[in-house]
Amino acid sequence: MLIAVVSGFVFSLAVPLLHRTVRNVTDWLVVLLPFSLFIYFSFLTQPIAAGGVLSSSHAWAPSVGVNLSFVLDGLSLLFAILISGIGALVFLYSSGYFKGHSGLGRFYAYLLIFMASMLGLVLSDNVIALFIFWELTSLSSYLLIGFDHERSSARSAARQALLVTSVGGLALLAGLLLLGEAGGSFELSQLLREREAIRSHRFYVPIVVLIMVAAFTKSAQFPFHFWLPNAMEAPAPVSTYLHSATMVKAGIYLLARLSPVLGGARIWQGTIVVVGAITMLIGACLAIKETDIKRILAYSTVSILGVLTFLLGLGTRAAVEAAVAYLFIHALYKAGLFLVAGIIDHETGIRDVTRLSGLARIMPVTALAAAVAGLSMAGLPPLFGFIGKELLYTATLQAPLANSILTAAVLLTSALLVAVAGIVSLGPFIGRTMTLSEKHGGVPLTMTAGPVVLAGLGLLIGLLPNLVAGRIVSSAVGAVLAQPAAIKLALLHGLTVQLGLSGLTFALGVTAYLRRDALRRAVSRFDLGTALGPAKGYSLTLDGMTALARLQTRILQSGHLHIYLFIILAVTVGLVGSWLVRYYGLMRLEGWADIRFYEFLTALVIVAATIVIVRASSRLFSVVALGVVGYSMGIIYIIFGAPDLAMTQFSIDTLTVILLLLVLYRLPRYARYSTTLERLRDAAIALAVGVLVTGLTLAATAVPPISQISSYFAENSYLLAKGRNVVNVILVDFRAFDTLGEITVLAVAAIGVYSLMKLRGNGSDG
Amino acid sequence: MQTVMAFVVGALYAAGLYLMMRRSIFKLIIGLALLSHGSNLFLFLMGYLTRGGPPITPPEAVRPVAPFADPLPQALILTAIVIGFGVQAFAVVLIRRAHETLGTDDLDKMQSTDVD
Amino acid sequence: MTSLILSTATTYLLPLLLLLSVYLLLHGHDVPGGGFVGGVVAAAAFALYAIAHGVEEARRVLHTHPRTLIGLGLLTALLSGVIAFVSNEPFLKGLWTTVTLPVEWKLGTPTLFDVGVYLVVVGVTLMIIFSVAED
Repeated sequence: MLIAVVSGFVFSLAVPLLHRTVRNVTDWLVVLLPFSLFIYFSFLTQPIAAGGVLSSSHAWAPSVGVNLSFVLDGLSLLFAILISGIGALVFLYSSGYFKGHSGLGRFYAYLLIFMASMLGLVLSDNVIALFIFWELTSLSSYLLIGFDHERSSARSAARQALLVTSVGGLALLAGLLLLGEAGGSFELSQLLREREAIRSHRFYVPIVVLIMVAAFTKSAQFPFHFWLPNAMEAPAPVSTYLHSATMVKAGIYLLARLSPVLGGARIWQGTIVVVGAITMLIGACLAIKETDIKRILAYSTVSILGVLTFLLGLGTRAAVEAAVAYLFIHALYKAGLFLVAGIIDHETGIRDVTRLSGLARIMPVTALAAAVAGLSMAGLPPLFGFIGKELLYTATLQAPLANSILTAAVLLTSALLVAVAGIVSLGPFIGRTMTLSEKHGGVPLTMTAGPVVLAGLGLLIGLLPNLVAGRIVSSAVGAVLAQPAAIKLALLHGLTVQLGLSGLTFALGVTAYLRRDALRRAVSRFDLGTALGPAKGYSLTLDGMTALARLQTRILQSGHLHIYLFIILAVTVGLVGSWLVRYYGLMRLEGWADIRFYEFLTALVIVAATIVIVRASSRLFSVVALGVVGYSMGIIYIIFGAPDLAMTQFSIDTLTVILLLLVLYRLPRYARYSTTLERLRDAAIALAVGVLVTGLTLAATAVPPISQISSYFAENSYLLAKGRNVVNVILVDFRAFDTLGEITVLAVAAIGVYSLMKLRGNGSDG
Repeated sequence: MQTVMAFVVGALYAAGLYLMMRRSIFKLIIGLALLSHGSNLFLFLMGYLTRGGPPITPPEAVRPVAPFADPLPQALILTAIVIGFGVQAFAVVLIRRAHETLGTDDLDKMQSTDVD
Repeated sequence: MTSLILSTATTYLLPLLLLLSVYLLLHGHDVPGGGFVGGVVAAAAFALYAIAHGVEEARRVLHTHPRTLIGLGLLTALLSGVIAFVSNEPFLKGLWTTVTLPVEWKLGTPTLFDVGVYLVVVGVTLMIIFSVAED
């Protein structure tokens, strides 16, 4: 399983290069990878349905409990099949959609990273690994939404999606860490066993809240739903793959995965049901309001995500069954419709449904696929969507709380979605044939393959539901409920309440479709979203943060060196100084008896020369005084057993004085720019630092020396390195690699000086 | 003597930093030089002052005869002195060029080097 | 800056200081000295010479451009490490051999490394001083 996850990452590195060299082969290679993964996972349905669980574990950072451990159970398998299967179709579609686009290699790479991360996310058993893959999907989503990075709307949509989902990502990390703390392990399979301990743990409520924030942001639940429609700036294959079929369902996956551990409590159930139901209604209403075909689909996706969320919140057997089936159904028809929308956009350049008509004659295959997918969305027999709707009504009718309200809400939502299905899959294709401005050469097969296959599957599964019922749906439901489930799906159950509700839904939906323009105006009138909605809140927050950052930059990064220094020094004195006083108190000064006259004299000379430098009004004077300081330093080195240092210091000091004298007359005279007040302020802080450094020195040397490194060097310099001068041996043997680095730095400095002096460009550019 | 030298380090730091906070660029260079002297001395003190004995193994012996000075800070300071010279030279030349290009030696007026 | 005393003094000082610097370099492993110390002494000698006789003259006496010294030095230091590396030892490990010239002389890769340091230090310092002085 590690290979299944890692192969995508590895391949993504190679793809841009491959694409540049062997373009045609690459198009097929990128389809081949998800397709073979699809085949691999399909073969695993049998053993998993038989109750098996596949797992593999690879140590990553075992000391902190992070492992690349993967577990494949029914739920993971359902997702893995969707990811790899729809992935294969999307890669195929992309090769036609982006034919001749120079960035296709980059696009493939991003998409592969996404696919691999998504697989990692649903297969991970370790929650930290899960978090990392979760963040990787957000990151690849950012790159993909912003793929067309020359448009500013694409960039800001990408940023918005990233910011919203990474708020969730942070919440997820915090929640998972707390969960690990409460359950004593980062492995999901272990946590499942600790459910009682976790539910009674004092972190239970924070965990639930944080996990819900993560799931709601990722799966675009109210009030975080606004990023998803804006993400429609992404190219059609991305919208299909990430923003309808897989990534947005990661939040649903998280809820489903953790519901055996966390579910059952009032806070979990209540919040998720309410949020899900609100999202479902809002999504459906906003979908009616829109005219852009992709945004309509996005809002209907939001609505369906709401349905899935509230079903998982209910948590009954019937609800989970409906959720799993609906997840599958939705992936099939919505991916198909997004691909269709992409074809329409690609061929006509128009996404406004009120301007599209009669395309059936121009693209008959696409129209047929759209119609079948649309019927599945509307929930008509004999399609898979119909089965889903029946299950949905069964779940709400049997809901443990407020079943009539929930049923009514689902009825309203479903009716609106029937109308939406009509708007996107019927409207553009019927009516007067549009005249397309450019010559039209027919939709390439690579692009029609996706919608046709997906719509065909919807029909096939509708007719023969037990193809997937036993193998995929049962084991997924079993995984969510944490107990075995055997599910039989059937198209028709006879004359039931559910059938009646379905009929009513369809009738209402058709009415709504026929009066769609009136409905759109009606919904628009009650639209408060733009003025007060969460999207407004998002932009206000963003503006606020930018303003704060600007203010802070203006204060801290003034561009004045002395202000930078002042801030740095003040902070240092404050923090280090308070620490020093706290742990060492005020130091006693000892060792006065141990002073020899000439040593003291040298020290005095240094201090005196320093004072001269500070007070000097002539540059020459201060250069000479600096030389005095340097030579005195050399004398100190001689006295205290460092002849190498002394020689170096004397020579370098000579060179420094020469250097300063050489430039002295080319530099301006001393001038006084600061006011007395500023000078006093600077003097105060400089003196404070001086006192601090003195204190630090005394504190550091108050303890007896315990350097083992020094004694090792002294002990071994002759025996191991055949050198008697320990200092030199350290430089050229023990720590020669450091020295190599240092002489390289010196060379760089010299090149810098040389180029500044010699290579003066023409004009002002220095 | 350690105590006295600790005060010398403090004096070098204070003077160096005070000069670096001046707006006149030549003072910046001198300040930088004083600061590196201060840092070198600080490092030197971390090895504890030992009179006399350099860390050198005499002939016919296999290790230096105690008491000898700590070789490790010496190795660090040795390279620091040379590199300090390189840095200082770079600063000098940079400032010299900045002065030539911008025609001011007031650091506060040297803000628009990018647009020029 | 031409003064008779300075120029005469440096003319004799230069070879003496250079000799000292080479002594420091070669004996630095056992007595105070080494590549850094030797390098700055040699550089100081050339810098004084340049002050007294002018940069042109100093460059002529040096025979080569300082940047050649830098490159040569870096390569020498690197080579001393590579020798150990190709002898299947860790990079920069010191390897020693004894050569018997008129006197017995121990020779090792650390010596070579120190020569590299010496060349880099001389080259860097002179490159800085010369380019500033010629300005």
